[in-house]
Amino acid sequence: MNISFSSEQEILRKSVAEFLSKECPGEKVRDIEDSVEGYSAKQWKKIAKLGWMEVILPEVYGGFDDPFMNIIIIMEEIGKAAFPSPFFSTVILGGYTILEGGSENQKKDLLKKMAEGKLLLSLAQHEDDPGYLEAAINMQATLSGDEYVLNGTKMFVMDANIADKLIVAAKTDEGTTLLLVDAKAPGITCTIIPSIGMDNCCEVIFADVKVPVKDTIGEPGKGWEILEKVMLKASIAKSAEMVGGCKASIDLTAFYAKNRVQYGQPIGGYQAIQHYMADMLMYYDISSNYLYKVAWMIDEGMDCSTEASALKAQVNEYYKFISERGVQIHGGVGTSREFDIGLYYRRAKAFEYTCGDSDHHIELVAKAIGL
Amino acid sequence: MDFKLTEEQEALKKEFEDFFQEVMKDAPPEYGTGGLEGTYKTDEGFQFHMAVAKKLGEKGWLSRAWPKEFGGQGAPLIEQLIFNEAKDKYNAPGVDMFGIGMFAPTLILAANDEQRERLLPPIAKGEVSYCQGWSEPDAGSDLASLTTTAIRNGDHYIVNGQKIWTSGGHKADCMFLLARTNTEEKRGKGLSVFHLKMDLPGIEVRPILYMNGTHIYNEVFFKDVKIPAKDMIGGENEGWQLTRQTMNFERSSIGLFIEGKNRVRDMVNYVKTHKKNGKFLSEDPIVRQKLARLYMELDMGHTLAYKIAFLQEQGGLIFAASAASEAKLFGSELIQRIANYSTEIMGLYGQLTESEWAPLNGVMNEMYTMCMGLNIAGGSTEIQKNIIAWVGLGLPRIR
Ligand SMILES: Cc1cc2nc3c(=O)[nH]c(=O)nc-3n(C[C@H](O)[C@H](O)[C@H](O)COP(=O)(O)OP(=O)(O)OC[C@H]3O[C@@H](n4cnc5c(N)ncnc54)[C@H](O)[C@@H]3O)c2cc1C
Repeated sequence: MNISFSSEQEILRKSVAEFLSKECPGEKVRDIEDSVEGYSAKQWKKIAKLGWMEVILPEVYGGFDDPFMNIIIIMEEIGKAAFPSPFFSTVILGGYTILEGGSENQKKDLLKKMAEGKLLLSLAQHEDDPGYLEAAINMQATLSGDEYVLNGTKMFVMDANIADKLIVAAKTDEGTTLLLVDAKAPGITCTIIPSIGMDNCCEVIFADVKVPVKDTIGEPGKGWEILEKVMLKASIAKSAEMVGGCKASIDLTAFYAKNRVQYGQPIGGYQAIQHYMADMLMYYDISSNYLYKVAWMIDEGMDCSTEASALKAQVNEYYKFISERGVQIHGGVGTSREFDIGLYYRRAKAFEYTCGDSDHHIELVAKAIGL
Repeated sequence: MDFKLTEEQEALKKEFEDFFQEVMKDAPPEYGTGGLEGTYKTDEGFQFHMAVAKKLGEKGWLSRAWPKEFGGQGAPLIEQLIFNEAKDKYNAPGVDMFGIGMFAPTLILAANDEQRERLLPPIAKGEVSYCQGWSEPDAGSDLASLTTTAIRNGDHYIVNGQKIWTSGGHKADCMFLLARTNTEEKRGKGLSVFHLKMDLPGIEVRPILYMNGTHIYNEVFFKDVKIPAKDMIGGENEGWQLTRQTMNFERSSIGLFIEGKNRVRDMVNYVKTHKKNGKFLSEDPIVRQKLARLYMELDMGHTLAYKIAFLQEQGGLIFAASAASEAKLFGSELIQRIANYSTEIMGLYGQLTESEWAPLNGVMNEMYTMCMGLNIAGGSTEIQKNIIAWVGLGLPRIR
């Protein structure tokens, strides 16, 4: 047993953290949130250069066979910085989907472009009656010659507005099938829906959108199998981002509590505040340690679906708790757009839905423990 | 990053588990599911505890963690965690939480050679049981304000005063006592640690019943009790420092998470075999949610316990002080939730205590009362939060 990071991992963490604190401080986060694109193309190029996208790639596709733990480190730091970018959509959801299901050609072509920062991806899974099970996927892809024709509406499609390619989960005769669709293809209408995350949450309407059959990812009917594998890793990666957000919320709040003086004392000296903060730190430490255990299980090739569900369900609650107490302890300024703590409070809610809400994961765990 | 046990550790775990599984076949019904109540509540439970202690002593397992020069094996802390986990998996007794858990480390840290030679072997052999004489009616969380005095008189100390909440005081052979040897000094200054036999003249043990009627703790009165000076452990007036260091032992609270997992497993079986309104309880989404959540929290706490042992092994308790408080806080509140949800799920039957009518023989109900003790003893919830705030977060300490 050795519950610590290697020195290379510490260096990776430091470099990601330094980049983000320099390039994307709170001011910049708010600017990006307010922008139409919802990300900075300049920053995207830079992080591609730094090799963040390659961290998920095996050597044959231009990566370094990094352990999964390394992407967890990056996601944690992204979460700490509340970094608004299509990293999760493109690299985690998109990249892993291609890795899991893509043909050799697709992998070579798409992953290379992704690593160079020249390809943004977006997963179109949910619909207007969304859920986290296969039954919630109902959009039809009708075969016509050597093309599928897509009709219907996808909802909560993150970063569809800036994506080059959409990965669309649709129903074919064989079952759920993943299709790689040009985001600018005729018949696609993309609209940003205002959301608490102030992110690129989109509605995408498909009207007779034609997709060549060769642009299927994986075999027709195997789409859900692929997505399940992707969702396992993605839920852990999203949890990492949330755990990072918990840490940032605590650091910000502790700093504030040590410096804000009322009644002649720093408010951090008052026990009511201390006890909130003790709970916050406790939940964070429990979560981060568990996160590393689950990520380690992935690297060991162990089955960790139950643990991953436990992680996401609990982190959903803990991130909300920690960021909510964070705002409370900040008092009035905590409610303002100007102060960073609000970024985390909003993200805690936005991320709660990503890769499974608490109810979804709790039910999976219930089954796993024999209920 | 590596959470795996080594092969040797896995083998050790199996050896411990096999032992405890075997031993528990002889558990008398009075022992129930163990804990303080299983050990101290009945004579049968206590005898069983001492019988297991002897077996553990013969194997040398009680003193495994002690340094070799004191008769131990110098086993690393993580092995202690593995041992405790195996023991708790089977709810087994035999490890005196006071003698093994607190006093032996004190002796190792501060006793002189004569004291070590005299006092450590009986503890290692599982022949002697201890109680902890710390709390007083007016000194609980603020232990350093205690007023029981031990005044030097020739080659004796004369003790006068009162201790309270002394768990197992009615069963124990010996006590380790924290008393004031210098009445001029205030608080932490002027306190000393003593070893004493409970049958000394002038000691009176009076039971206090726990709210559910069981006899676990006591009041202990001292009237001119003569303790030989050679039974003072460590230097005179250095008892407070020593007492604080005594806590530097395995502090992962693993037992809470293991006990919790055992109980949740019981409840999973319970809801699969019991119906409400014609439907199995396990089909009720609220029941499923509650139990699944408890399981998840337990697994997270369990994982933290390992981290604490790892940290302690790396750098001592100081390294893990905040995390140890977090585990105690999280674990005790979790046990409380388990007890509450379980007795809720049982409906009207949740109110029944140990009897043939009570589901799971009243275990969950007993837990509902006992869990409050967990929240208070060994540093209350609030005190743990203070420690986390000061040590873990560096928040200011205002007096
Ligand atoms: C089941 C059980 C077994 C025990 N066994 C033993 C034993 O064997 N030997 C022994 O010596 N003692 C034993 N104790 C005593 C235990 O150590 C004390 O109960 C504990 O230290 C709390 O002290 P108190 O009861 O005087 O409560 P108090 O210290 O009076 O506390 C009362 C309340 O005030 C809160 N409080 C106190 N100080 C602060 C603060 N600074 N900030 C915020 N809140 C505060 C507490 O958290 C608590 O909620 C046992 C207790 C129990 C319940």
